This record gives sequence, C-alpha cells and structure tokens, in this order.
Amino acid sequence: MSSRRTTERLEHAAPALDTTSKALATTSDGFDPSARVSVAKAYKMFVGGAFVRSESGRYFQTGGGRADGGADPAVVNVPRGSRKDARDAVVAAKGAEAGWAGRTAYNRGQILYRLAEVMESRREELRVALVRGGADVAAAEREVERAVDRAVYYAGFCDKFQALVASSNPVSGPHFGFSVPEPTGVVAVVAPGHPALLGLVSTALPILAGGNTCVVVAGADDPRTAVVWCECLATSDLPGGVVNVLTGDAAEIAPHLAKHREVGALDVWTADAELRALCEREGAGSVKRVRTHDGEAIERLAGDDGQGLGFIERFLETKTVWHPVGV
Amino acid sequence: MSSQNSTLSRYGSSARPAPYPLFYPPPPPVDQIAVEERVAALGKRSIKKGAKVAGLTLAVRMMDLTTLEGKDTPGKVRQMCAKARTPLAGDPSVPSCAAVCVYPNLVPTAKAELAGSGVKVASVATAFPSGQSPLDVKLSDVRRAVELGADEIDMVIDRGAMLAGDYAKVFDEIAATKEACGPAHLKVILETGELGSYDVVRKASEIGIAAGGDFIKTSTGKVQPAATPAVTLVMLEAIRDHFLATGRRIGMKPAGGVRTAKQALHYLVLVKETLGDAWLTPDLFRFGASALLNDVLMQLEKERTGVYQASEDFSKD
Amino acid sequence: MSAEITKTGEALPALDFGHAWEYAPSPEATDHVRIAPRHELFVGGAWRQPHSSRYFDTISPSTEQKLAEVAEADERDVDDAVQAARRAYDRYWSRMPGRERAKFIFRIARAIQEKARELAIVETMDGGKPIKESRDVDLPLAAAHFFYHAGWADKLDYAFQGRAWRPLGVAGQIIPWNFPLLMAAWKVAPALACGNTVVLKPAETTPLTALLLARIVEEAELPPGVVNVVTGAGATGAALAAHPGVDKVAFTGSTDVGKKIQRAVAGTKKKLTLELGGKAANIVFADAPIDQAIEGIVGGIYFNQGHVCCAGSRLLVEESVHDLVVRKLRDRMATLRLGDPLDKNTDVGAINSGAQLARIRELVAAGEEDGAERYSAPCALPGKGFWFAPTFFTGVAQSSRIAREEIFGPVLSILTFRTPEEALEKANNTMYGLSAGIWSDKGAKIFWMAQRLKAGVVWGNTYNKFDPSSPFGGYKESGFGREGGRQGLLAYTEVGQ
Repeated sequence: MSSRRTTERLEHAAPALDTTSKALATTSDGFDPSARVSVAKAYKMFVGGAFVRSESGRYFQTGGGRADGGADPAVVNVPRGSRKDARDAVVAAKGAEAGWAGRTAYNRGQILYRLAEVMESRREELRVALVRGGADVAAAEREVERAVDRAVYYAGFCDKFQALVASSNPVSGPHFGFSVPEPTGVVAVVAPGHPALLGLVSTALPILAGGNTCVVVAGADDPRTAVVWCECLATSDLPGGVVNVLTGDAAEIAPHLAKHREVGALDVWTADAELRALCEREGAGSVKRVRTHDGEAIERLAGDDGQGLGFIERFLETKTVWHPVGV
Repeated sequence: MSSQNSTLSRYGSSARPAPYPLFYPPPPPVDQIAVEERVAALGKRSIKKGAKVAGLTLAVRMMDLTTLEGKDTPGKVRQMCAKARTPLAGDPSVPSCAAVCVYPNLVPTAKAELAGSGVKVASVATAFPSGQSPLDVKLSDVRRAVELGADEIDMVIDRGAMLAGDYAKVFDEIAATKEACGPAHLKVILETGELGSYDVVRKASEIGIAAGGDFIKTSTGKVQPAATPAVTLVMLEAIRDHFLATGRRIGMKPAGGVRTAKQALHYLVLVKETLGDAWLTPDLFRFGASALLNDVLMQLEKERTGVYQASEDFSKD
Repeated sequence: MSAEITKTGEALPALDFGHAWEYAPSPEATDHVRIAPRHELFVGGAWRQPHSSRYFDTISPSTEQKLAEVAEADERDVDDAVQAARRAYDRYWSRMPGRERAKFIFRIARAIQEKARELAIVETMDGGKPIKESRDVDLPLAAAHFFYHAGWADKLDYAFQGRAWRPLGVAGQIIPWNFPLLMAAWKVAPALACGNTVVLKPAETTPLTALLLARIVEEAELPPGVVNVVTGAGATGAALAAHPGVDKVAFTGSTDVGKKIQRAVAGTKKKLTLELGGKAANIVFADAPIDQAIEGIVGGIYFNQGHVCCAGSRLLVEESVHDLVVRKLRDRMATLRLGDPLDKNTDVGAINSGAQLARIRELVAAGEEDGAERYSAPCALPGKGFWFAPTFFTGVAQSSRIAREEIFGPVLSILTFRTPEEALEKANNTMYGLSAGIWSDKGAKIFWMAQRLKAGVVWGNTYNKFDPSSPFGGYKESGFGREGGRQGLLAYTEVGQ
C-alpha cells in the first residue's frame, strides 16, 4: 500500500463526508439541538514525551470509515510531520538513549508490562480508533487483543534475549572471552498503515526491548490509532523520548531519518519498495543497519510469527570482551 | 607478627638510615598472561651463526658454576673450579666462567683453586636455602663466608615474612646482610617459586633492591619452579624501573632450571631487549647453573665445526 | 617503585639499546616455494584465462620486485564465476548434508596446516608483513577458522535457538590486503559451513595466497564452483557486489568503499555485512600493569605495520603516567626491528603499497602541521621498497586529523585524560566503533569502561586477540555483522523469527 497516495488524497481533496453517520443523523436537517456536543480531540505527534504539532504548521486530514462511538467529528486534522520534526524526534530519542539502555533489563520489562496494562485499560479506545481507521469491528477487537498480548510478550523478553544471543567464547588461549548484545541506539521505523496498531507494537516494542530508542513514522492510513497508542505510552512510565511517533507522509519524513547521522538503524521493511531502497541508499552515508524486506509479509504480523527473538536481534550489536585469566 | 613489626611494616625500621619506603608509590601490578606472552615472543628470536657464538660465549662468561649439595667435597669442588677456569681445554676462544657458587665450608677450597684466574667465588649464606634461622645466625653465616674468602654472597630472603606481609623484616634482614658482607657483593635470592605470583615477585624485587642488594636472584635451585624467563622478565622490569628512577644499575641472576644453550640465549634476549647493552656483562647478569655449561660448550663446538656433538665429548665434572 | 620523570626531561638515566650483541640475519629459506609466473582465474573448478586476456603485476612491497602476474577479471568473468557458484549451489552444495560439507571444510583446514610454511612465505612476500606474524598469527588463525566452522556445518539447527534457517545462496566476498589469507578464511569458512557457495575477490596487491587457497580447494576436491576466485582491482569488486545473481555481499575494507557498496546493494534483496575501518582508543590508566600495557600499545599499533582495522591507533593515557608511558614507549620502540619481512627477527615489515605509504605520509604531515610532536623509532629504512618507521605523536588534539582519521599505518596518536569519564568520552568521540583497549588492574573499572565503550571488541589488559570462536565486528561506521562465533553464522543464513 502506498502511503504517499493516501496522503495526497487526504490532503488535497476534501474527503467525502459520511453524512449518514449515526451522530449526525438524528434530525432531517442533521442537527439535534438538545444533544450534547462531544469534545473532539486534537491529534498530535508524540515527541520527547510531549504531544506536539508539526513545527511546520502543516496538517493532513483523515476521516471516513465506520464510526463506532468516540467523540471525533468525521474528519480530523493530523499534523504532517516535517524534516525538522524528524530532527526534533531524533534529538529526543538520542537524549533518551543512555537512560533507557542504562536501566536494568528487569526495569525495562516492568515498563513494557505497564504499557500492556495501560493498553488493556484502553482497549475500547484503541478499538474505536482502529475501526475509524477502516478496520472492521471484529478484526479491530482481535487486533487490540493481539497487540496487548504482544506488549506482554516483549515485556517478558527484555531480560531473556541476552541469554539466548550472548556467548562465552572458548578462545584458544589463556583469556576469558564473552560476547553480549547491546542496543544499536536510535532506530527509525516506518510503521505500516495496516494493521495500524499491531504494526506499531510489532516494530517498536522489540526495538525497545533490546534497549534502543526509536522514532516511528506512523502509517498515514490510520494516524489516529497511532496517537491513541501514544497516549498509552505517555501514561505507562516510559521515559520521554524513548518512543517518538511522527505522523505524516513516510516518503517525505523517512529519508531524512535515513540520512540523519545520529540514527543508528532503520526498520523500513514494511515500507514500499521505492521508499525502502531510498532509505537504504541514504542510510549508507552513515553505515546504518537497515532491516529491509527480507521475506516477512506484513500479514504475518497478525499471527504468532509476527513476534520473536529475530525482531529483537536485528537491532542489537554484539560486543565481545577479552580479558586475561591469570594471577 | 608482633605489634612492633606491624608498625615497621608501614614506616620501616627507625634503626636503619634508609628505610624501605613501603609502597608509595606502590609497585605496578604485573599481568601474568601478558608477561608470559612477551617472553614467549622473545623466545622466538632466531639467534644464528655469529650471534649464536657471541651469545653463548657471553653466557659462559656470565656463568656461576654451581654445586650446592650435602655431598659436596673438596674433590668435587676442585674439579668444578678447573672447569670454570678452563671450560673447554684446548680452545682458548672459550672464556672462563664468572664464578663458582658453593657452600661456605667449600669457599677456601674454591678460593685456592681459582687463585689468579679472575673467576670469583660466591658463597650461599643466611641459612641457605630456607633462611629459617635467627638473624644473628644468618649474619654470622655471612661474615664467616666472607672471612673464608667469598667475593660474593648469595643470601635468601625470609619468604615467610614476605608472604606474611612483614616487609620491614624482609627489608631489614637484607640491609643487615649487606652490612655484614663488607666488600663482598650481595645477591638477594627471592625464591620466586615460593612467592605465588608475579606481583609478589615484583614487590620482593623492589625490597631487595631498596635494601641494598647488588643483584637480585630468582632461586636457590632447591624449589620448583626455579628460574623461568617470565619471572626473570618481571625482575628485569623492576631493575629497569629502579634504573630509570635512580640511575643505579642492579644485576640479575636467574638460577636453577637453565639447562640448555637455547634457554640461555633466550635469557640474553630478554636482557638485551629489556635493559639494553649495559647489562650484557657478567658484572650485571649471571646464570646460576651446573648442567648448562656443557650444553653451551656443545653448541659452540657445533658452530665451530659444523658437526653435531656427542655429550661424551665434554667433561662431566 | 615507579620511575619519576622530571618535566625538563634532562639528565634522566637512559637505557642504551645498541650493538653490544647483534642478531645475525635469519632469513626464512624460500627455496621450496615456487610462485608461478602467471595466475589465472579459478572459476567453476577450473583455472581459466580472463575474457580480456589482461593481467596485472603483483609485487613484493619490500623489494618492489615483480612476483607474478595475475588475471584481471572483468564483468564477464565475474558473471561466469557467479553462475558457476549458482550452479554449484543448486546442484551440489545446497543438497549436501551438513556432515558432508563439514568434511570438505575440515579438509581445507588440514591442507592449510600442511602448507602453512609455504603460505606464510608467500603471504610475507606478497604483502610485506613480517614472517613471524604470517607464521604465528595469520596461518594458525586461518586454519583455525576453517576448522572451527567445519564443525558448525552439521549443527546449525542448534545455532539459532530452534528457529528455522536456510543458506542465502551465492556469496560475493571482497577482502582487503592486510590479512589476505586470514580474511579469505574469515569469509569463506562460515559461508561454506552455512551452505552457501562463494565468489571471492582478493585485494589486487595481495592476490597470491587466495589463489593458493583456491588450489587447496581444488585439491580437497570440493565440487566445482563451490569456491571461485576472481582477481582484480576495485572494478572487479564493484562488478561482484553489483551482480544480480549474488545473494550476499560481504566486504572488509575501508569505510568509504563500504558505503559505496551499501549504496550499490540498496533496493536489492542482497544481504550485506561490512567490516570497515576503525580508530580505536587504547586506554591506559595509572593503575595499569604499565610494562605489559607498553607491550599492548606496541602490539596494538605496530603489529602488521598498523595495517589493522582494529589497531589501537589512539592512545589515551591518564595524565599522571603520560610521561612515564612515553618514556617507556620510546625505549621499547628502540628494540623494534624493521626490515626484511622474511627475516625471522623482523618486527616491522614493509608498507603494503606505494599508495598506502603516500597516505600515511600525508596524514603524518598533517599531524606535524597541527603542531603535534612527532617521534619516530631510530631505525634505518631500506633503500628499495615501501617503508615507514614506527611513529607516535604526543600533544595531539582530539580535533586533529591524526586523532580522527584512520591512518592504517604504524602511527600512534597519544592523548591524555584525567578521569574515567573523560577517557570514555574521548574514546567514543569518533564515528568508528570497531575496537578498544583498557589497561587497569581494577576489575570494576574495566567492566565499567567495557560496558560503555561503543566498540564491537573490547580488550581488557590485552590487545589484538582473535579467535574463530570470538565474534568480531564493529559498531557505528565500522560496519555491521559479525565474523566468528555463533553470532557470525547470522551473516550467512536467513533465520526465521
């Protein structure tokens, strides 16, 4: 799916308003003077632990889909992230890097578990967001459950993967050698438009579990789900800057992240081929680790093989340490 | 350890004019593996042709030909002295050894046998090899050996005190021994095979040097392991640091376990590449050995004639 | 008692490493080594001429004498090699059980051991490195890499925590000139063990041992095309990396070329690993075993003339022991023996090529211009060949080119620090991240530093240690992917989640 195409449609042509939606159809001319007017949410990006508009002042609109509760009008304005927003997000992620990596693995696991708890308590809100983003009701329900379970899965992985990928190296000599995994640093992620929630959770959480921080470009097809998820992040003890979520056009933002020398790795495997190749080329300027399309299908994110050690391992460095053994 | 000694262990004995400055700055730590890697690397130096002949000839000149046995007799010592004086009869290119090393009772025999040869007589003393006697006994041992004609005294340190942390006792005994030596040169045997680690060897080396030893020496030959290239390197490094700090050159004597010409060349490589030219002299480097000399002579003959030698071609003394 | 140094540097006792006892020349006998005057390409199990019929010379950098001429592979030759590798993958190698692949790789390991002396001599003649290094480091490690990886071939189901895996297919491998045979072993052994076939492109200044390795592969009777060797310069390597039939590109070399390769494979499905440059900090604390640290410093930068990606080229010394370390380092350098690489007592051999020598000279000149103080070991340089005396700079600013750029030569930049935090900050203040050294007697400090250094390999109280069981590779712009150990197998397999 081309996120570029979607964005253009949303931005340049006013979407057809669904005037038959339940909230507006109570009287023949569309108004119920006695009805309570809902408080609509301003959707913002999540950078450095704060909800922000784009520094550029630009926005795009999203809407349509099947309304299923919630307070929003049919069309909402979402920030269209810019190059400078990407820069700000990288600064935030870089600033959070040492603190996040320096926490104990146990503590990272507790924070991710807290995230799962918050997501569980906001299941309804996430489900509504997904439905408004275009998912059918039953699928949205399953996606939210799966996403919460995936957060629990990675919460429990934070202090386990090291034992699976580390080694004691039986070197031929009087030295003790061992190799341990360490985070790469700041990872930039292009998240898929669909599945919006599982896409975010499945890409960002293994990166966090590994001790990295990240800048995620949410899929433009359903940015509201991303923002609701950010509200879960914001209330889950996750330090500011560990996850930063930009909304907008991935094709516009991601190449700037790919070029940014403070970004250590790129997770662009769910992007389209053209954007992937562009990010790979730009990433070469600072020898970035790039997870590109290597056989995984986005559809598999919904299943059990949408998670695993491999998702964590891709954004780990191996550090080998030697020391003599003597008296 | 007495309370008096524990005070001394920090400040040294007030009775001595130059107390050992106990570990300020502390001796540098020694990394066992890296030391052993270094000596292994230097053991791969390829010493051929002229370098081999020159090195082995130097090794003969540096040798303290040694016998230290309960069954030593004047006859045995006379034979050894003859060998030290003229290691290879009929080949004047082979020099005399540096010294013979014997027990005090045999010093007069050796002294008489070596008169006019330039070969020195070294005597072990200080209740060799254990050193486990009262200090006055050890000092009288030293004085008697010197009176009997010893040019050099090879003393043993009190390893028990060393390992008990009573460094002042170790220091004071060496200083007292030095005083008792009078004109004789003092070699301080650390008995490294009993010290347990290179860190302690390093510390003992510094104490031996600071307390007045002219040489530091690895071993009595009665304890295994005796001299090794690695422990020798550690001691050479202590000598080097003392020289860099003070300009004073201390000698080194590996003893025990050096049996082959190849080993001897390895030690000379250590000296050459650790301390440089000034130490490539019998005045500052000695081998304490008995079996080594014949192997060196065999190799020298092989180099001279191009023919591998038989052990029976060389006198066994 | 440590030496005390006066700031004036005057009247200090000095050691004299002179000529009291000289080592005689001890050249390794080369009489049983015959280098063929002309070398063809090894493609599909056969030796064949290049399409272009063009050959280039490979010379001995210590004498500038021509050793042989070597085929220059062009795109057509590379295509032939990739197709041969593909056929070998489809027909033989991917169908062969791991236990059978293993036995072929064990055969290679054994043959390297049997031919070790010949290989070491040729390595030294072609590349200029001291024979003691090719004999004692390159060759034993090359054999060990094949031996180690052979054993993995039938145990890969255990390697990935039970996850499904498969080989990648055809691996295009481009290797540098600093450890020619060893780098070939690092590349070829894991690739074969994991079931891939390979096209290997050795460096143009040091092709001979890779060709001898091809001969070993031939004599070990591997199926034709499982290992192919194409010789040539950058264009040959570029053709290999760009070839659409290649499933995996593995490159060891400069960061600049690595970036070009990464750009070239962008948008393809090729899997890529890069092992690139470095500017490692070798950090000496005041509580270090100083004399052993000196050995680590010397080995860290002068081993293989400093042609080592993980060379400890930035010495960070705690300021309180700076003068002592520099004094001891100068003494130690006085004993370094530079000259005929075939002499068994040579410590420092020839610079690999005229081009590399020019690069070293340029950066050393930049260091002098920046105001750093230069010291070069007082060794006479031979008249013929490419030589550079072991050199260090003191008073180097962190901003100086010689503190930031990889020199890839026997040139050390010495900087000081006051606290562990400052040492760490300076050590990590580089875009490279391949390796680092820490010298201290305090275990907790070593772990504290090791944990925080952004480097793929950290040596505590040692330096430049390598082992096939020990993963090697960089952080940041020093590349990605690991070579050696279980982790190194990931470079040659596709593993499930």
